[in-house]
Amino acid sequence: MLADQDRIFTNLYGQHDWRLKGAQARGVWDNTKAMVTLGRDRVIDLVKASDLRGRGGAGFPTGLKWSFMPKESALPHYLVVNADESEPGTCKDRDILRFDPHRLLEGMLLAGFGMGAHTGYIYIRGEFYNEASNIEQAILEAREAGLLGEKSEATNGWNFDIHLHRGAGAYICGEETALLESLEGKKGQPRLKPPFPAGAGLYGCPTTVNNVETIAVVPEILRRGVEWWTGLGPERNRGTKLFCISGHVERPCNVEEEMGIPLRELLDKHAGGVRGGWDNLLAVIPGGSSVPCITQDVCNDINMDFDSLRAVKSGLGTAAVIVMDKSTDIIQAIGRLAHFYKHESCGQCTPCREGTGWMHRVLDRMAKGQADVEEIDMLLEVSYQIEGHTICALGDAAAWPVQGLIRNFRPVMEARLSGKKVDVAEAMAVAAE
Amino acid sequence: MAIQVTSRPTPQVGEFSVSETSAARVEVIMARYPEDRRASGIIPLLDIAQRENGGWLSKEAIEWVALTTESAPIRVYEVASFYSMFYTEEVGEHVVQVCRTTPCWLRGSDALTHAAEEHLGIGLGQTTDDKKFTLIEVECLGACVNAPMVQINDNYYEDLGADAFKGILDDLAAGKVIDYGNMTGRIGSAPEGGPQALKDFDPSINAGKKLPDYSVPAES
Repeated sequence: MLADQDRIFTNLYGQHDWRLKGAQARGVWDNTKAMVTLGRDRVIDLVKASDLRGRGGAGFPTGLKWSFMPKESALPHYLVVNADESEPGTCKDRDILRFDPHRLLEGMLLAGFGMGAHTGYIYIRGEFYNEASNIEQAILEAREAGLLGEKSEATNGWNFDIHLHRGAGAYICGEETALLESLEGKKGQPRLKPPFPAGAGLYGCPTTVNNVETIAVVPEILRRGVEWWTGLGPERNRGTKLFCISGHVERPCNVEEEMGIPLRELLDKHAGGVRGGWDNLLAVIPGGSSVPCITQDVCNDINMDFDSLRAVKSGLGTAAVIVMDKSTDIIQAIGRLAHFYKHESCGQCTPCREGTGWMHRVLDRMAKGQADVEEIDMLLEVSYQIEGHTICALGDAAAWPVQGLIRNFRPVMEARLSGKKVDVAEAMAVAAE
Repeated sequence: MAIQVTSRPTPQVGEFSVSETSAARVEVIMARYPEDRRASGIIPLLDIAQRENGGWLSKEAIEWVALTTESAPIRVYEVASFYSMFYTEEVGEHVVQVCRTTPCWLRGSDALTHAAEEHLGIGLGQTTDDKKFTLIEVECLGACVNAPMVQINDNYYEDLGADAFKGILDDLAAGKVIDYGNMTGRIGSAPEGGPQALKDFDPSINAGKKLPDYSVPAES
């Protein structure tokens, strides 16, 4: 288990004061000025050297992403923090937003400085009303204390201010270009790329969008030293990570752990283990709803990091671990996710708009046993027609859980569907829906 | 040079206006965006308009947002209809949203939906006759380790059981101000019975430390 002194989010559970004074007592805003004094290039180089990979799901190297921002530009640069946490299973950023907002603000200042931005926006999902309220108060406190804004001394003269922007309920706004559209006051429909946000993002200006956790760990990496960070976790997967353990465990929880921790250890030590014991485990969705599930035999000795999970055709994603025991109707569980993607598709690309609804309806029938065995292959085929054929990754995210279901639980599906004849009239009515 | 032809009807706000507090809030919000990017205020202003209009957006409320953000009314309509938190039809005083996505479902969200349907005597998407409650199911609200949970207006009610849920609905119907957040006394997202991590940890030991020596250039 990760030692407490190696944890970054020391107020993860809100046991201490989240306001400026409390945050400072935990070391937040310590030596910020000295870190800024290192210079723009040095800050980016240090983040590169730390091997920090984005915590929003894709795991893209953060320092590299920052270095895509133009060095010189007549246009203003923007840093946008993605706090639109909506991936099913994921609730880690919420704890940072409500209990440790100053860690995020300090990280934004360093990141903004590194990429030459004077303005940062926090795009928070609209449902997080109380969390947004904490962030807003934290911003006011930081301005008052001279940590943000024009007259900031703590930043060695770097003028940087942060604004909050509340969304209004749309999962798709977690996709970075949809988020930028939404921030510009439009429907959250992803943009075609290129151009990438670093070239033309918010208001057509150079922009970097980062996840809350990614930004919030940056000051601590610089403060404690890159070597401290790279001493944790396996190669290319360094550092600590917030895990959200939900579903059929004895005690669901959020916890910060070292990258690469064995899944079983994570569940046993922090969440009281699988409900009914390890042998009662059916499957785990290891990284939020968008990644394929893994079965118990894989769970036995899998490590929780980007590369290990990728090797078993799943992914670390947001590190939201959804545990399902043997009582779970796995077809219905994935069917619920299919409903989620159908609801959240922005409607821009045909394969996703039509395909997500199609997959949901078929899975719904399959869960009730009202489908033909041959439809399993048809469902798989449809998922392949969505995957890779859309502007953004929502299409892929909708297809992968279904593919994971068929790959791992085809016998379960076949057993439920065998010998069942399709009610043609009903199937037609559904198709015409 | 081509002549740009646009037709933009003047927004019709009718009787709609906002309180002084909200008007001040509008100023605060609009100051967050560049002066020539007033459209960025559409979503936050729709939220204000909805609060001022009893929880839903009338045509007048939407057009007030168009007027204030100097946007074409149709642009604001399409935003209002895109996002799930905006209601373009009347809703009850308390909008009860049961999270239905897999992590909540695994821990019994169906029981919550049934409890609410039974207790309020309405189905999903319906409003009670006294206009107190509207009941809907929503997709993941991002409190998955505290499942099952519901959102009622601005607040989350987490680790919720069916009986506690009915109690909450009764209290709200009686006009009581009630505590929100965790319903079982759990500390935030820590495991039930107390965390395994950060148990007796004093976080202040991280404060006041020296920065590492960065005089040697880093290898990137």
